[in-house]
Amino acid sequence: MTQDAGAFFPRDLAWHPKAYAPEYKTSVLRSPSRALVSLPSTLGDTTGPVFGQNMIGELDNDLILNFARPGELPIGERIILHGHVIDENAKPVPRTLVEIWQANSGGRYRHKKDGYLAPLDPNFGGFGRTLTDDDGRFRFRTIKPGPYPWPNNANDWRPSHIHFSVFGSGFAQRLISQLYFEGDPHIRLCPIVNTIKDPAAIEQLTAKLDMNNTIPMDARAYRLDIVLRGRRSTMFENRPEGN
Amino acid sequence: MVPFPGNLKESPSQTAGPYVHIGCTPNAVGIGGPYGEDAGARLVNDKTKGDRISITGRVIDGANAPLRDAMIEIWQADADGLFNSPLEKRGAADTNFRGWGRQAADGESGQFRFETVMPGQVPFAADRMQAPHAQFWIVARGINLGLHTRMYFPDEADANAADPVLQRIEPRWRVATLIASGARPNYTFDIRLQGENETVFFDV
Repeated sequence: MTQDAGAFFPRDLAWHPKAYAPEYKTSVLRSPSRALVSLPSTLGDTTGPVFGQNMIGELDNDLILNFARPGELPIGERIILHGHVIDENAKPVPRTLVEIWQANSGGRYRHKKDGYLAPLDPNFGGFGRTLTDDDGRFRFRTIKPGPYPWPNNANDWRPSHIHFSVFGSGFAQRLISQLYFEGDPHIRLCPIVNTIKDPAAIEQLTAKLDMNNTIPMDARAYRLDIVLRGRRSTMFENRPEGN
Repeated sequence: MVPFPGNLKESPSQTAGPYVHIGCTPNAVGIGGPYGEDAGARLVNDKTKGDRISITGRVIDGANAPLRDAMIEIWQADADGLFNSPLEKRGAADTNFRGWGRQAADGESGQFRFETVMPGQVPFAADRMQAPHAQFWIVARGINLGLHTRMYFPDEADANAADPVLQRIEPRWRVATLIASGARPNYTFDIRLQGENETVFFDV
């Protein structure tokens, strides 16, 4: 597949959350107070690392099995999570690394700093990775995560969510975000979700129940398509009057 | 082809949260599991060309406290100034140098450390060269959109003075926030998110 090394469309920083979003309290001390310095895309932005299939283990995209003890399974709602990684031009992003991580069905993370009283599931690690195929498709099998409380306001709960990290083909496409589940009433209450101001942008992170990809008597399916920055055409780059 | 209209919007960012390590550096935080080694854990091997250097530092918040839950990625050229990417059209990069690294800040001290090589110079545009540098990307709890910055080298003063990116930065004193301290082979680069000597962050 041919790949274009053109400059990226500028990010729409009003679509993304602002750095300073005091409803999410931790952002108050972790947000730059000065303006970002805008740069044209340089070679270090339009290029990025690639990952080979040889780094991906057979069960890396199967969170139902990749941490389970032999003969045992994690507890919770079995789901298939799938979609495409495409860019703003609707071009598939092939063979790019997609990583996910999440809490278990009770909302507990396998992390020493998570002190929530819901128990760990001995058969669930909560992380997986895959490379998209030639058409930009990815697919995971996992347990639907539970919501959990967090110390922000006195009674804040995160909606059920799965974190995702995507690379694309240029380092300036690097993106980490979170996917939510269709119909979850916690979505509109969440201060982290609400760092995003446009309801259409929140909708873009909401995975839809996908009945056509369910497996009867086995698993529900959810679909989320991930959109990375698109590249401009290079046909008029480096014209003498432009530099 | 997939049935999507063009002119899509980028998926909006959300914070990586406090448990980013589960997904990205599970071995580094003792979770273990199916991955043999964390992606990006090592940039160099015995055959990598170039001068070995180390970069240590911390990400520091507006109350002068180091972030103990940050994740830091770097992307840089090899010793000859080539990127290990299929989009690199100027030549073949060193196959023993990935160019990309990823580290979790230490859960107690907040320190990160990269073992890498001194990057060569990379052109900017119209044959202007950039000074040697490494690109940084920082995510953490409380950071809603990953932050891009660059680290330059204190012992490359002439190249830094001619660097077309550094030349864009106003006020001029802020350039110093992108220059590491130390000397070859051990550099220190602290990233200040907010307040006095706030690091320059880029919209790239």
